[in-house]
Amino acid sequence: MHPTHPHDQDHDHSHLDEMELRVRALETLLTRKGYVEPAALDRIIETYETRVGPHNGAAVVARAWVDADFHQWLLQDATAAIASMGFGGRQGEHMVAVANTPDLHNMVVCTLCSCYPWPVLGLPPVWYKSAPYRAKAVMDPRGVLADFGVQLPAATQLRVWDSTAEVRYLVIPMKPARTEGLNEQQLAALVTRDAMIGTGLAQEPASVAGGR
Amino acid sequence: MGGMQGFGPVVAESHEPLFHGDWEKRALALTLAMGATGQWNIDLSRSARESLPSAVYLGSSYYAIWLCALEQLMRERGLADADELRDGQMRTPAKPVARVLRGTDVDTSLARGTPTERPAPAPACFAVGMRVRTRNMHPQGHTRLPRYVRGHTGTIALVHGAHVFADAHASQAQPPFMEQAQWLYTVVFAAQDLWGPQADATVQVSVDAWESYLEPIA
Repeated sequence: MHPTHPHDQDHDHSHLDEMELRVRALETLLTRKGYVEPAALDRIIETYETRVGPHNGAAVVARAWVDADFHQWLLQDATAAIASMGFGGRQGEHMVAVANTPDLHNMVVCTLCSCYPWPVLGLPPVWYKSAPYRAKAVMDPRGVLADFGVQLPAATQLRVWDSTAEVRYLVIPMKPARTEGLNEQQLAALVTRDAMIGTGLAQEPASVAGGR
Repeated sequence: MGGMQGFGPVVAESHEPLFHGDWEKRALALTLAMGATGQWNIDLSRSARESLPSAVYLGSSYYAIWLCALEQLMRERGLADADELRDGQMRTPAKPVARVLRGTDVDTSLARGTPTERPAPAPACFAVGMRVRTRNMHPQGHTRLPRYVRGHTGTIALVHGAHVFADAHASQAQPPFMEQAQWLYTVVFAAQDLWGPQADATVQVSVDAWESYLEPIA
């Protein structure tokens, strides 16, 4: 949010203050009632702030890029392959990995709410959960890619996966050019969160180094 | 919301923080921890969010929606009343809940998640490659069949086993929640079948549909 007017800023601040007060009241109440334990709340937050995030998915993708057997396993039984790397659980109990090829680009959405593969990507960004993406991805995925500055060849097939049940999807982006000789960790650094949703492509090494 | 028009381009905040305020973190944690008490299920949670008045839903940020829905779920079940929610002062005794998530339980609980696959009650009706039509159904309650695919013809792309049927799961206000396991399929549609002949011929869209959403093509 970028308020440009002092009044807007006050309005935004008072709204945020209202939410802070409301949530604090709720937390106080639920703790007093014995329904929730503060240590559990803290651990949940810490989990998604520090441990579970897109770096998990990037590690999965990088392994698939270097290890053909793992790549095959990922396509056949993503839940098991991902679990073998220590990732799984809430909102990733039933995983399917979908691979991009020169002929096919995959994109994942939840038009009904915000379903997202938490164990490999962490918590979803605001745009993923918002009306423009949820409305547009299934009708105009090329337009969505353009919104993200991505253009694909006209002949590329586009495959949009609407996550309407508990199956969660992870896009395996194509391995970028000029990555020969990079190790798994270096490759993982090229895998962006958006590339694993399907609104972006994996980065080429030069762009990460900052030279362009 | 699939296919709704007029929302404009997708705009991503640059260097977006994980949370836009401390309250969002607490709202997330409270929602998960209260969900763990077993007084509702995830389908009821989703149903509560989407049942918020449209103006509230469309005009609220994501975690504000979560908060409103959480308060609603608790009020409905007598776990908290409106006055208590407003100021945090306890006025009514706590109700017994099935379980309370302890700090030491969190890691194992999140790692386990809530798998929805169950033993199949019967053989699957459909197989990969079959053509199916989604029912022209418009239930009053919670459903996971998006409007934009209702009444359309698609092809079975994947068969996922039998999973807890969300619509039925969300129709029960109180525990114990009876589970109805139905075969779950990924059904893929050509964009031109969904949106008309002017649509992009290179686009296909799928949804994950339970068996009762589908009918065979003769």
